[in-house]
Amino acid sequence: MTAVTYLEAISQAIREEMRRDESVFLLGEDVGTYGGAFKVSAGFLEEFGPERVIDTPMSETAIIGSAVGAALMGMRPIAEMQYIDFITCGFDQIVNMACKMYWRSGIPLPLVIRGPAGGGTHGGPFHSASPEAWFFHTPGIKVVMPATTYDAKGLLKAAIRDNNPVLYLEHKLLYRLPELREELPSEDYVVPLGKAIIRRRGRHITMLTYGAMVHQCLKAAEQLATEDGLEVEVVDLRSLTPLDRETIKESVKRTNKVLIVHEDTLTGGVGAELAALLAEELFDYLDGPIMRVAAPDAPYPYAPPLEMAYLPGVERIVAVARQLAAY
Amino acid sequence: MSEAERADLLLQIYYYMRLTRAMEDRTRTLFLQGRIVGGVYTAQGHEATTVGAAMTLRDGDCIVPQHRDLGMHLVRGVSPRAVMCQWLARGNAPTLGRDGQLHIGDMHHGVVPMISMLGESLPVACGVALVMKMRRRSTVVLASCGDGATSTGAFHEALNFASVQRLPVVFVIENNGYAYSTPTAKQFAIEQLAQRAVAYGMPGESVDGNDVLAVMEAVGRAVAHARSGQGPALVECRTFRVRGHSEADKADYVSPALRQEWLTRDPIKRFEEYLTAQGLLSAERRREIEARVRSVVDDAVAFAEASPPPDPATVADYVFAPDGPIAIVGEPGATDPRYVNALDTRTGRPFCTMSQVEEAVTRL
Repeated sequence: MTAVTYLEAISQAIREEMRRDESVFLLGEDVGTYGGAFKVSAGFLEEFGPERVIDTPMSETAIIGSAVGAALMGMRPIAEMQYIDFITCGFDQIVNMACKMYWRSGIPLPLVIRGPAGGGTHGGPFHSASPEAWFFHTPGIKVVMPATTYDAKGLLKAAIRDNNPVLYLEHKLLYRLPELREELPSEDYVVPLGKAIIRRRGRHITMLTYGAMVHQCLKAAEQLATEDGLEVEVVDLRSLTPLDRETIKESVKRTNKVLIVHEDTLTGGVGAELAALLAEELFDYLDGPIMRVAAPDAPYPYAPPLEMAYLPGVERIVAVARQLAAY
Repeated sequence: MSEAERADLLLQIYYYMRLTRAMEDRTRTLFLQGRIVGGVYTAQGHEATTVGAAMTLRDGDCIVPQHRDLGMHLVRGVSPRAVMCQWLARGNAPTLGRDGQLHIGDMHHGVVPMISMLGESLPVACGVALVMKMRRRSTVVLASCGDGATSTGAFHEALNFASVQRLPVVFVIENNGYAYSTPTAKQFAIEQLAQRAVAYGMPGESVDGNDVLAVMEAVGRAVAHARSGQGPALVECRTFRVRGHSEADKADYVSPALRQEWLTRDPIKRFEEYLTAQGLLSAERRREIEARVRSVVDDAVAFAEASPPPDPATVADYVFAPDGPIAIVGEPGATDPRYVNALDTRTGRPFCTMSQVEEAVTRL
């Protein structure tokens, strides 16, 4: 068994599901002959043929709309957005067509929309998006964002097998990160949607996070342990919808202090909802203000010094955690 | 087709056109009586286009209709009761009161539910056709849109994708002169919308949309093209919206002369004159058909009026479908109740969009 990358885990999940279930197919820009902009589907065309690995025109509405039509027929399409930023071009198909379909017609829509999200790769304002809040806010679509190689495969398999639209956000910074290489089980497995995981145990502060920020939080937690003797608990949400309220609340009840960390911008972000949830339901347990570390309320910048200033990193997380600990 | 079979077919078409008009007339009455709370969109004058286009289809084909396509729904077996339950927002309507109007569908009978963002159904039609192509079926998808929707990006993406993939889709454009108050001169700068087909590399033709037999011929050719595996085709049906965009719109932006001109081309009147001249529609047969239409509409309204409103306690329900196996629609055994998409899992009962046995209204 060899250790694989986060990207290879995504690739394995799709390939194995396509082998297992003839109703699964992939469509998107450059996914066939080219094997995908990041080579997620390299070799798929040769194995599955052009009817199950469909190179589409540059038409996000047609890609997602066709996926909706195929899902109505009982297929399990995987619609790839070359960069998740371009999901805005197909927004209506998601929020109006797909998200309301089962609710108003009773027809299930087993559909996965996936693509590379997140920053840190000098992608600038149109290739670095964290679009989760728009869809987190929209009823009728599940939203997941894996932080590890194991989860990348298991969550994608669960998403493909789910009978609803699922937005699967893969963080492109993690695609080939050497330290995320992992040996994966040889047997079939899924990571269920809607289950958070505690990545590091602690009793002083709970960090609620997801995606690439999980790794920043883990590094911050390590530094806080070494330098401050603080025991920080890091909760990787994995799924935003459904949200694992139980794991979140159970952790916060033990630590009584919460720091929410996400790469998306601050205002109206996922963290705002988490803060509201905790304020409403765990007010009596809180020994300090609910704090957030997120990107500033500005579009994603290109130049490296701006990008460095924009992305939440270990330094900021540590600084805010210290404030919270001292409260 | 024998002479007798042809006569039966023509009367069947006439019946659907009359039923479509009568259902809409009654819907308007219900609206004016305040019994329909939301917007009402009707299609007086479109009956030759909607009925004629749908009459070209077979079992296994699929329609992707829009808000003025009641005629298509009725031809394909959609239940008048279900339609009236939709208008009256009943708890047993196909959308369980979540949505209104003709936003209904049942994939096992080839009807895709529309949304109000016109044009967005066209890419969805491509997806249905893609599956037909993958499964090596000789079925087709008939997708409609109005002149207004041809200006959307979704229209372009769908027609282009369908052509590149050689999908079995027939695009029927109902050019009815106006998109709400916007006349076609402000909507596009070509002579005929059928010309759009050239740019997508598909056959296109423009036809008198108030002549049901001409519509059937033109759409029939397009359907045959799509069915033969040669890819999509486009038909523009030129008709006119003789009423407002909705029943709340007086449409005083349309000149009385223009409206009057189109009223004289009323498709039902024209077809009736044709049938009478051919000796196919006696006064007695016509009275029988009228009585039949009235009884179907009465039954639909009575059924809907007697149906319960939705339960407010269910307001947050049905956002996500349950787990379980999903069948590929149209394959043997696809309606086996073990499949999540076989039954309406919101209610645990069969989907209710299509006419049920007790209605028995769909055929003359």
